[in-house]
Amino acid sequence: MPLSTYTYGAPPDEHTLENGEKLGPITIAYETHGELNAACDNTILICHAFSGDAHVASNIDDKDSSEPEGWWQFMVGPGKGIDTDQYFVICSNILGSCMGSTGPSSTPPDKDRPYGLDFPMVTIGDMVDAQKKLIDHLGIKKLHCVIGGSVGGMQVLEWCVRYPDMVRSAVPIATTMRHSALAIAFNEVARQSIMADPNWNHGNYYGGDGPNLGLAVARMIGHVTYLSDEAMRRKFGRKLQDKEDLSFNFGADFQVESYLRYQGSKFVKRFDANALLYITKASDYFDLVDNKHTEESLQDLCGSRSKFLIISYSSDWLYPTYQAKELVQALKRTGQDVSFCEIEADCGHDAFLIEDQRLTNLIRGFLDGLSQ
Amino acid sequence: MASPNNQTLRFDLQIIASWIDPGSRILDLGCGRGDLLAWLKNQKSIKGTGIEQDKEKAAACIGRGLSVLQGDLNDEIKDYPDNFFDYVILSQTLQQVFQPAELLSDLSRIGRRVIVSFPNFSHYQIRLHLLLKGRAPKNEQLPYSWYDTPNIRVITLSDFRRFAADQDYSIVKEAAVRSWDREKRGTVIRLLSNLRATYGIFLIEQTAKKPSQTADQGAV
Repeated sequence: MPLSTYTYGAPPDEHTLENGEKLGPITIAYETHGELNAACDNTILICHAFSGDAHVASNIDDKDSSEPEGWWQFMVGPGKGIDTDQYFVICSNILGSCMGSTGPSSTPPDKDRPYGLDFPMVTIGDMVDAQKKLIDHLGIKKLHCVIGGSVGGMQVLEWCVRYPDMVRSAVPIATTMRHSALAIAFNEVARQSIMADPNWNHGNYYGGDGPNLGLAVARMIGHVTYLSDEAMRRKFGRKLQDKEDLSFNFGADFQVESYLRYQGSKFVKRFDANALLYITKASDYFDLVDNKHTEESLQDLCGSRSKFLIISYSSDWLYPTYQAKELVQALKRTGQDVSFCEIEADCGHDAFLIEDQRLTNLIRGFLDGLSQ
Repeated sequence: MASPNNQTLRFDLQIIASWIDPGSRILDLGCGRGDLLAWLKNQKSIKGTGIEQDKEKAAACIGRGLSVLQGDLNDEIKDYPDNFFDYVILSQTLQQVFQPAELLSDLSRIGRRVIVSFPNFSHYQIRLHLLLKGRAPKNEQLPYSWYDTPNIRVITLSDFRRFAADQDYSIVKEAAVRSWDREKRGTVIRLLSNLRATYGIFLIEQTAKKPSQTADQGAV
């Protein structure tokens, strides 16, 4: 399914953000898979993680298709865990990103250069509000399930507190109900790395050389937090890269160094540095524990009838299992119907993006159970 | 006693299932692969949640559409509101619990009624085993040796009745059962139950409900 877009909030009907600022027009890029049924009750909204996009899966059965594989190719498709023969799947690029939806690299209609740092600070709640506009536009009143991992899982939870009546069920994966000091710390190092690059130029780099070095280092840091001690030991150990002996200089001696450099340089080609700043900040602000800084929190879920499946990974040190358990506790206290399972896997936080029959079975079984 | 459609269940679970009112809200502790919950959901339209420590078993439950929390039952029961469940089921686990009195107190906070089943350690074969062979009993219901058994509590039907009286629980229902054929089949024992039953099943209620013990109820 090719990328579609929906634009709303053109002046004077701009969208009011959580911080009170106005933004518009807002364009949301999205993909759909499968068919909406006559009862309009088979929609599954998939929320992507921080650097993801709307391209959740491609139709690999179509031999003529030249589409690359989607980021959740193994999970979404005909007969898969999220079965597109059965469900109408929507995945949209988040507000503030750079993969088709409005973000700091977008150019406002009345200007000749991108927003840069003039882009307002958006929150996870604002991202969800933008998704809600899209869902309304598509004429869908209720979501059968909202599913997402990591920052996508935060959006899932935000959906549940903002629009509880629209969410029949929710599957937050490898996520948290608030960013920990550790998670904020890694994000801050990533941001500082970008902002310390002279090419960043206070966010005003479009049309010239961007802060590629800073962005690459930011990705290297991020990537370490997505792996785990076990995964790195298994994958790299202390193996040397294309050499027999240590070089005794600052080249990439070890495979892990070479791998991170490669990941960093690859990321620069596809992602905008300012978008990283905005999205990491939005996830740092995310906190559904109480109403101290936000209008809604998980405490407001009393009486809501969404069904939850929480999944964590044993080696995730960015959003460890104890944070998933805190989420489970909070949901139990408000009397929610909640299931939880930790998956034993050594691949760290990114495990939900790696094909695993256990994850597929959990999601498939949970979705089937809703129809029973 | 047991309704006709539940023959696939373990015998003690057949009895427990027959005690559950349709449409109830159930918590099944140590739910395994969810056989009891699935049966109750299909046959009695209950709203059920299970707690299972084993990740593979918990995943199997979720995979068959049941609501199950993977974790330690002592921790997982703590956060529910008072009287959230109509029945809390603790089947064949009490003998493995480190602090049974505290656990049952917690269970009677979150559930209106608690159903407990456990192997009866005063069954005559166990008594004879100890008396004649002088060795720790080992049989179909208690297949472990002293060094690898998860059963750390030795309970008899008489012990449990006394415990209930001491701790202000009223026994609403009880069944002494003898099961065989890998516990699939069995019979209810009415005479000399403490001697002849392999399992005891009790439905208890706290006589005077204590006020909420969750001081931090309001804080999510």
